[in-house]
Amino acid sequence: MDRDMIEVKDLAYEYIRRDEDGNVESINRAIDNVSFSIKKGDFVAILGANGSGKSTMAKHINAILNPTEGSVWVNGLNTAEEKNVWEVRQTAGMVFQNPDNQIIATVVEEDVGFGPENLGVPTKEIWERVEKSLQAVGMLEYRTQSPNKLSGGQKQRVAIAGIMAMQPQCIVLDEPTAMLDPNGRKEVISTVRELNKKENVTVLLITHHMDEVVFADKVIVMDNGKIVMQGTPREIFSRVNEIKKYRLDVPQVTELAFELNKSGLNLPEGILTVEELVDALKIQLRKKETSKAGGISADYI
Amino acid sequence: MLPWYLYAIILQQPKISVVDITIRLVWKGLVLIMIRDITIGQYYPTDSVLHRLDPRVKLTGTLLFIVSLFLFHSFFGYIAVTLFLFSMIKLSQVPFRFIVRGLKAIIILLLFTVLFNLFLTPGEPIFEFGFIDITREGLKSAGFMAIRLIYLIIGSSLMTFTTTPNQLTDGLEKLMHPLHHIKVPVHEIAMMMSIALRFIPILLEETDKIMKAQMARGADFETGGIIKRAKSLIPLLVPLFVSAFRRANDLAMAMEARCYRGGEGRTKMKPLKYSSRDYIGYMVLLVYLAAVIAGRMLENVF
Amino acid sequence: MQIIFDHINYVYSGGTAYERHALKDVSFSIQKGEFIGLIGHTGSGKSTLVQHMNGLVKATSGHIYYNGEDIYAPDYKLRNLRSKVGLVFQYPEHQLFETTVFKDVIFGPNNLGIDKLEAELRAYEALKAVGIGDDLLDASPFELSGGQKRRVAIAGVLAMKPEVLILDEPTAGLDPRGRDDILEQIEKLHEDSKITIILVTHSMEDIANYADRLLVMNHGELVMDQSTKEVFARYKELEEMQLAAPQVTYVMNALNDNGFHVRTDVTTVSEAKEEILKLFHR
Repeated sequence: MDRDMIEVKDLAYEYIRRDEDGNVESINRAIDNVSFSIKKGDFVAILGANGSGKSTMAKHINAILNPTEGSVWVNGLNTAEEKNVWEVRQTAGMVFQNPDNQIIATVVEEDVGFGPENLGVPTKEIWERVEKSLQAVGMLEYRTQSPNKLSGGQKQRVAIAGIMAMQPQCIVLDEPTAMLDPNGRKEVISTVRELNKKENVTVLLITHHMDEVVFADKVIVMDNGKIVMQGTPREIFSRVNEIKKYRLDVPQVTELAFELNKSGLNLPEGILTVEELVDALKIQLRKKETSKAGGISADYI
Repeated sequence: MLPWYLYAIILQQPKISVVDITIRLVWKGLVLIMIRDITIGQYYPTDSVLHRLDPRVKLTGTLLFIVSLFLFHSFFGYIAVTLFLFSMIKLSQVPFRFIVRGLKAIIILLLFTVLFNLFLTPGEPIFEFGFIDITREGLKSAGFMAIRLIYLIIGSSLMTFTTTPNQLTDGLEKLMHPLHHIKVPVHEIAMMMSIALRFIPILLEETDKIMKAQMARGADFETGGIIKRAKSLIPLLVPLFVSAFRRANDLAMAMEARCYRGGEGRTKMKPLKYSSRDYIGYMVLLVYLAAVIAGRMLENVF
Repeated sequence: MQIIFDHINYVYSGGTAYERHALKDVSFSIQKGEFIGLIGHTGSGKSTLVQHMNGLVKATSGHIYYNGEDIYAPDYKLRNLRSKVGLVFQYPEHQLFETTVFKDVIFGPNNLGIDKLEAELRAYEALKAVGIGDDLLDASPFELSGGQKRRVAIAGVLAMKPEVLILDEPTAGLDPRGRDDILEQIEKLHEDSKITIILVTHSMEDIANYADRLLVMNHGELVMDQSTKEVFARYKELEEMQLAAPQVTYVMNALNDNGFHVRTDVTTVSEAKEEILKLFHR
């Protein structure tokens, strides 16, 4: 039986704020009874507005946070057990939001080698892993450069290489594109997709950008610490009103299709790209032509 | 690259409190300039003998050189030091104009030193302007101090020109390693130094950005007396500190996520290993050391 | 209120190996009440350009006139310019420093030397204008959420009562709701007080919803200066500059290419919806 890569069971997490005397000032239940699982090799996205609990969720996967209630299992290991922590972190690598604040070294290749150094990998193998990882993210030619000279998207790719060099089975990316421009976002997401397809690395992408998750195997939507929607991207995207209720956004074409359907058109659900919308419109328009010619009533008002 | 040697110079001056304070302020500015130089492009990339030396040899050599500068009081001594320095400059293949650029930063200190030694050293007067006189001893003293300062800057610059900041921290870490037997956290100190080096350019950029943002709100960092200017720094320093703490927090999480748990069990991607070139380097330094000691002993004889 | 840029050039690190010609012969003028979008690839000079508008950065050559006065004239007070031209940097919440929200917002007016009562009034109005409630006035700015912090930072600039408000990527790093909130607030400001707005952004969809006119920067040059619709009609040129048109513009153009006659100067969802429905009702 193939065990799940990640399993979350009845997880709850509370942020407790204490005042100067140590008395409890407020309790924020950031994650409230969450359960889900991720299969090996899948590309799963967690979507949610700020404050939905998605980042808190991510930090449980690699044991940065420990559950208040419930449990989190990574490749069969319980993240709450102290003896598992380092193995969990090597199995589930994490890439953070701020590109600068996760690069340690002054030279790209040295930063990628930081992880393997910590794992006690022999020198010769470190070099092999560094080269392979930089190659996999397309940054090999920048290996001797200073990170300060790189764009945001390039820095994030170096950070991803740094995680890949640890040979994890799964990568968690906590809003990796939040501080990047559109080109940088494209760079990073396509790099991650490549890694998922070619190296079969399980990916958990935390984000609030819908357009980044169109290719995911599964999308989980969080709001107020709970899971409120779960399904394939197309299933999720077709429920535009619900998405908006949870303070998220849909691609402009999805919104347009939704509006057109409200006005009586009959476009298919879950349109995500320009091409899909144009094709769907063409079909509808051609139907209209033929119905006009043949006098059969078409599917429109 | 560290301020302690400047204290050595200051200690040799006649002590007057105004001088003290001025020089202290001047060197604080210099330290900042030097930190900038080290972190932003002081390294001159080329493939010379000096570049290929292990950083530990260079660190030891620079230390030795700086100590030797204060051991001589005669012309012969200075000739030996000059010969050593200039042959190192040649070996480094760093263009001369880069080397003298570093001296620009200390022009003021140099001027102060020369002037104070010139006018305030007691002895046999040569020129007189009213109650201020220049003595023969003053001339000699000023000359020697000037040369010491200049050689000091050039000597330590040569080290930063031929060694990357990472090599420097690696070298220091290896040299200081024996100290961990007396519970000095050598690895952690070296890690802190290299992280500081990594973030100094970023923090400098952020300082600039915060300054501009506050200036856009009418903040004035330029006019006013000392107290007013100190107060005007608050809108600059508070955001900087907050940001620095946030970065530190993020960085700690990122390091833990990459399984960092201190120096135990860590391997190195670029371990420092001595080669025959380095042993020759140490031999050269030994010869220089011998020359220094011999020269000092001869001076005492004469 | 009028800003004129006359053949502005900006070169930095001149004479060294790192010399960069960040702005090349840039000329344009901005009139009172406009809502202008400034777009361009990363590094095209957008941020440098806006920092010239309030005199934070001095051009290497060329003239800038504010209300007819040359801002580089020897007796011109740049500090006055900064109270008229408000600039909100990217991630403005990083400049918060005071112990309370109110004190932080009043920092700007205090620097202008106006009297205490007037300064307090301005701070209060500015906070209202960005939707920060009275209950937060005494809170520490560091305890607020990201979106709230950002609005306090914007209030800090608004309190100076500028005639022009420049915002450099005000939606950067915000989630969709936060983004919508801020943009709506900016539009409301524009409508209520007729303040001139210049918005630097990377989101074509956002700017199409609000701006009448677009300035397009490419490698330091101002390559397009036209109405929003006219600029997006040239989407093929925009793509070569690593930019794009809003998604709906592409939809309309594709329909047109497929033989369906629709207007292609569409840049918003509502316009697209109207045009497409027309197709079906013929």
